[in-house]
Amino acid sequence: MAGVAVFTYIMAIRMAPLVKAAPDRRFDRIPQRIFNVLKLWLAQYRQPRYKLAGVVHIMIFAGFLILSIRSCSLVVIGISDSFVVPGFGGLLGDVYNILKDYAATMVLVACAIAAYRRGVVKPERYAVPAKYGKDHTAEALFVLGLISTLMISESLFEASSVAANVQQGLHAESLAPASLAWFFKTALLSTSVETLQTIHIATFYIHDLTFFFFLCFLPLGKHFHVITSLFNVFFMRIDRGNIKPVQHGIKDEDLDNLESFGVKKLEDFTWKHILDFYSCADCGRCSDNCPANAVGRPLSPRFISIKGRDLTFKNYPIYPYGSPFKKSENLIGTIYEEDEIWSCTTCGACEQECPIGIEYIDKIVDLRRGMVDDGLVPQSLQKPLRALEKRGNPWGKMEKKRADWTKELPEGVTVKDLAKESADVLYFVDSITSYDDRMQAIGQATATVLSRAGSDFGILGKKEKDSGNEIRRFGEEMLFQTMKEMNTDAILDSGVKHIITADPHAYNALKNDYKGLPPVEHISQFIARNVKSGAIRLKSANGDGKVYTYHDPCYLGRHNDVYEDPRSALDAIGGLKRVEMERCRDRSFCCGGGGLMLFYEPEEEQRMGVVRVEMAAEAGANVIVTACPFCLVNIEDAIKVAGMEGKMEAIDLSELIAQHLQ
Amino acid sequence: MEILVCVKRVPDTAENEIEVNRDGSDIERDDLVYSVNEWDNYAVEEAIQLRDKVGGSVTVITVGDDESEEVLRREMAMGADNGLLLCDDAFEGSDGKGIASLLKAAVEKGKYDLILSGALADDGAGQVGGMLAAMLDYPYASLVNKIEVADGKLKVGREIEGGNQEMNEIQLPCVLSIQTGINEPRYVGIRGIRKVASVEIPQHGATDLGVDPTAVGAAGAKVKRVDYFVPDMGEGAEMLEGSTEEITAKLIELLKAKGGLK
Repeated sequence: MAGVAVFTYIMAIRMAPLVKAAPDRRFDRIPQRIFNVLKLWLAQYRQPRYKLAGVVHIMIFAGFLILSIRSCSLVVIGISDSFVVPGFGGLLGDVYNILKDYAATMVLVACAIAAYRRGVVKPERYAVPAKYGKDHTAEALFVLGLISTLMISESLFEASSVAANVQQGLHAESLAPASLAWFFKTALLSTSVETLQTIHIATFYIHDLTFFFFLCFLPLGKHFHVITSLFNVFFMRIDRGNIKPVQHGIKDEDLDNLESFGVKKLEDFTWKHILDFYSCADCGRCSDNCPANAVGRPLSPRFISIKGRDLTFKNYPIYPYGSPFKKSENLIGTIYEEDEIWSCTTCGACEQECPIGIEYIDKIVDLRRGMVDDGLVPQSLQKPLRALEKRGNPWGKMEKKRADWTKELPEGVTVKDLAKESADVLYFVDSITSYDDRMQAIGQATATVLSRAGSDFGILGKKEKDSGNEIRRFGEEMLFQTMKEMNTDAILDSGVKHIITADPHAYNALKNDYKGLPPVEHISQFIARNVKSGAIRLKSANGDGKVYTYHDPCYLGRHNDVYEDPRSALDAIGGLKRVEMERCRDRSFCCGGGGLMLFYEPEEEQRMGVVRVEMAAEAGANVIVTACPFCLVNIEDAIKVAGMEGKMEAIDLSELIAQHLQ
Repeated sequence: MEILVCVKRVPDTAENEIEVNRDGSDIERDDLVYSVNEWDNYAVEEAIQLRDKVGGSVTVITVGDDESEEVLRREMAMGADNGLLLCDDAFEGSDGKGIASLLKAAVEKGKYDLILSGALADDGAGQVGGMLAAMLDYPYASLVNKIEVADGKLKVGREIEGGNQEMNEIQLPCVLSIQTGINEPRYVGIRGIRKVASVEIPQHGATDLGVDPTAVGAAGAKVKRVDYFVPDMGEGAEMLEGSTEEITAKLIELLKAKGGLK
């Protein structure tokens, strides 16, 4: 009774910040949410991405599910000896009893493996750097001990009863052979009935006390996920590539009326984001995949959650009873640092990996919105932001020069100006391809591919503004809205039926952030489609002696699930030798980030691009093919920084295809 | 502390390609974008920080046309309390002394303990701050990169040769010209500007200020711009050739020879 009361009290306190938090819209698309629960929670779909840890977790998780019925019935048995869970009287009960004996055994074995990993192997991703506080190994081992105690006491409770019954010649339930309980029973057969009685009662109390202690211990630390993960998965983000609105329930045109923007204090987070904090199991998979963390930037997504949770616990104290909730302070400068929040490239690797659907991008963007609102923007970003405001591109180049790249096109390739002519298709070029000397080649290649495939296309020219993908993700929502409105008007005025872009950042913004536009396609999809239809025919690469690898741009792959089209486009070039890097597809490693990230000057030990280039070399490739101008900038720079000129080259997919057009 | 910051709307050098127009009377202004003079941003940020520390208010002032209101708004979005626009057809074509005398008239209409300006403007000659101080008979410190408030006085610093720092004590009221790098000016977003979009900004003309229209503007200017032109190309730069190592070695040698490296 006391256990239940304490647990209820703790849970009530834990609910408080969720109630005070910002609104969130998470009760839509219920069938999809149920599917997510079945896949991610029940089937533990993402767990085996880390094989051993994943399998061990599945063993413990499955065991818990099976044994939860037993643990609950044991509580009631304490009150009424002859209690049987409704429906478990007959065959089902017998099957269940065998199942649970094995489950307990399996959990104990899994605990032993987990304890060995935690205590002896100590995988890198569990380590806690000194600046983030104390190591969490003790808590992990303590909980493994609790679980083991539960398993052993339950089995002993069962075994002592069966052993006593066998000795007295009474009806004894059969225990699952070679299970933990079965071993105990075999060992206890010669023990006196009185001792068995004592063991039976003692283990019952040990089990029940441990059970309630464990229950109340869960919401005090990282094992809260045992309770919250089900809900966290149910409420997890369904769409990808998008960014949450500044505030749910506020329309874009009413944003000006908001008092404050973004997250500044704890309660400015949405309730789902605080639930994320509760749910973090501290497994470190996010940070293990985070490129910013890998190159020594001051960001580790895991600690975004852990620090958030620690603060929530601190501000909403459980002990002593009746403690007042603490007043929230600014998060930036207390638990989070400016550089930490600017370090994120929004590549999405952390969210892709999290087994229980914890979100980071929206939190980072919300924190940035708060910083932008308070004027806390690094000088390196203020210049490009001002230039975007004035000229619609981060370099502050003249609008009238936006179409200058079309001055050098191969023979027979013409690009229409949609201000003067109409066309079916809009090629949305975006800023970097329009203005960067090197990247203009991507524009020329894309125009060539479109033209040779017989597409009737044109560009917006000086009416095109930056797509604003990073403006939004760097927290300058109102500037993004301005860009969005201008581009939307220009696109709709042009009367095109279809949009194509070779810039995944533009692709993502137009597809996921803009509303009411004609369908958007990335050039890799266009190529794959037209190779299939025969509109594009490619020469073979036979004899070029090169080994190609495809680098998945974050905003094409992870955020938009375009993995196959660029690969099939590459494979359409006969005789092209292609290898995969270990980190490919949804585990792709960010090149360093696009858009405004090109201007940010992070503290880091190494460039992400250099790490990526080394990965390509390790895979045995000497050409990195990418499908994003920002990836190309970063990777070409990285090849120089790594001193691999001559040994490694980088090329955009559109350029490679244009070279191989028949 | 009541602080007045003098700011100026200038063509943004980072976002424009500056070209001289055909008859050499001005630069090509058709496609220009304008912003607050960079130094002035630092001056306003410093004023806001001082106000937040010791109390008082910050007023931003500029001499210009209707369009100059935009820069006042931007500085108010940053956190300045008031804006003041000195605007009159008679002010057009003022030289540095004309601008300084207009500012002097505005200072005398108010009550300010401290007047800040940028050390210079992107399109200016760095003369107004000093002239204004002289006209007001206020003490003046230029190129200030550090301000500490002391009782009725300020301690102001400036960087001197070799990265060394000099500190001076100066009596209030005074005029300071502010160097970039004194602080990190805060970001002003679209949202901030919209918030102050409807704030009334008072405008003062010649009669409001009590200045003689013939003493300012083109009529009163004693410095007149006579020409703009692109200088003839001098001798080209020396291109170092060879492998990366050779180029590096030559460069170091040259730098040593010219005293750039010790």
